[in-house]
Amino acid sequence: MKFGIVVSEGPYTHQASDTAYNFVKAALAKGHEVARVFFYHDGVNVGTRLSVPPQDDRQIQAQWTALAKEHDLDLVICIAAAQRRGLLDENEAERQGKDANNIAEGFRISGLGQLIEMGIQADRTITFGD
Amino acid sequence: MSEDVKKFLYVNRKAPYGTIYAQESLEVVLIGAAFDQDVEMAFLDDGVFQLTKNQDTKGVGLKNFSPTFRALGDYEVTKLYVEQESLDERGLTLDDLQDIQYEDEDDDWAEKPSIRVVSRAEMGKIMANQDVVLSF
Repeated sequence: MKFGIVVSEGPYTHQASDTAYNFVKAALAKGHEVARVFFYHDGVNVGTRLSVPPQDDRQIQAQWTALAKEHDLDLVICIAAAQRRGLLDENEAERQGKDANNIAEGFRISGLGQLIEMGIQADRTITFGD
Repeated sequence: MSEDVKKFLYVNRKAPYGTIYAQESLEVVLIGAAFDQDVEMAFLDDGVFQLTKNQDTKGVGLKNFSPTFRALGDYEVTKLYVEQESLDERGLTLDDLQDIQYEDEDDDWAEKPSIRVVSRAEMGKIMANQDVVLSF
């Protein structure tokens, strides 16, 4: 089975990114394929490398980055949602005249078309959010 | 229909301005239209407020995006399902909603209403009939 995953709520505020992470990990362990993980709404905040959660808490961004590296996952942050919320990669920061970028390793910023494409390509699209 | 055409349903459950879900849902619908998929929208719970007429957002400092719904026909989004029970529970009727129309290319471009009021039971069947359901 090929899954497409949508994460639509922010890290730490909401369980969505944790549950999505555990689902993706379990699905991959069972031999399923994950076509893409698409971060939308406040879900884009998962992809900042500048979050510094307490050491005894789970490290949500780092977990996703490690999982992406291990399984060559495609973690996509919606550009429109990201721009509103201050998530930038190097190119976007330069294009928008901002003095910093904050996207974490393993994530990439792209358009909403990637969400639709994922829906077309995946056998099942699952949303983690409210 | 080619194999690559899937049925997408965008489910809108939240009021238009208290949270960003409605606006970012509409952004997906408009971008998705370029992919030549079969796109329908559903409005239930507080989502029915998204379609109300005479919205005025000056007081809250947000952009009034409700006119965009009237342009959906141009994007070949011609089915907006609205749940009857959700309207009833909020004291709304079809008259409180915008008059949203599309031109039916199979009927000499006759203008037809895009809003279809359906029961909760019918809404369940509509959802079961989709390939991809994205909920906002």
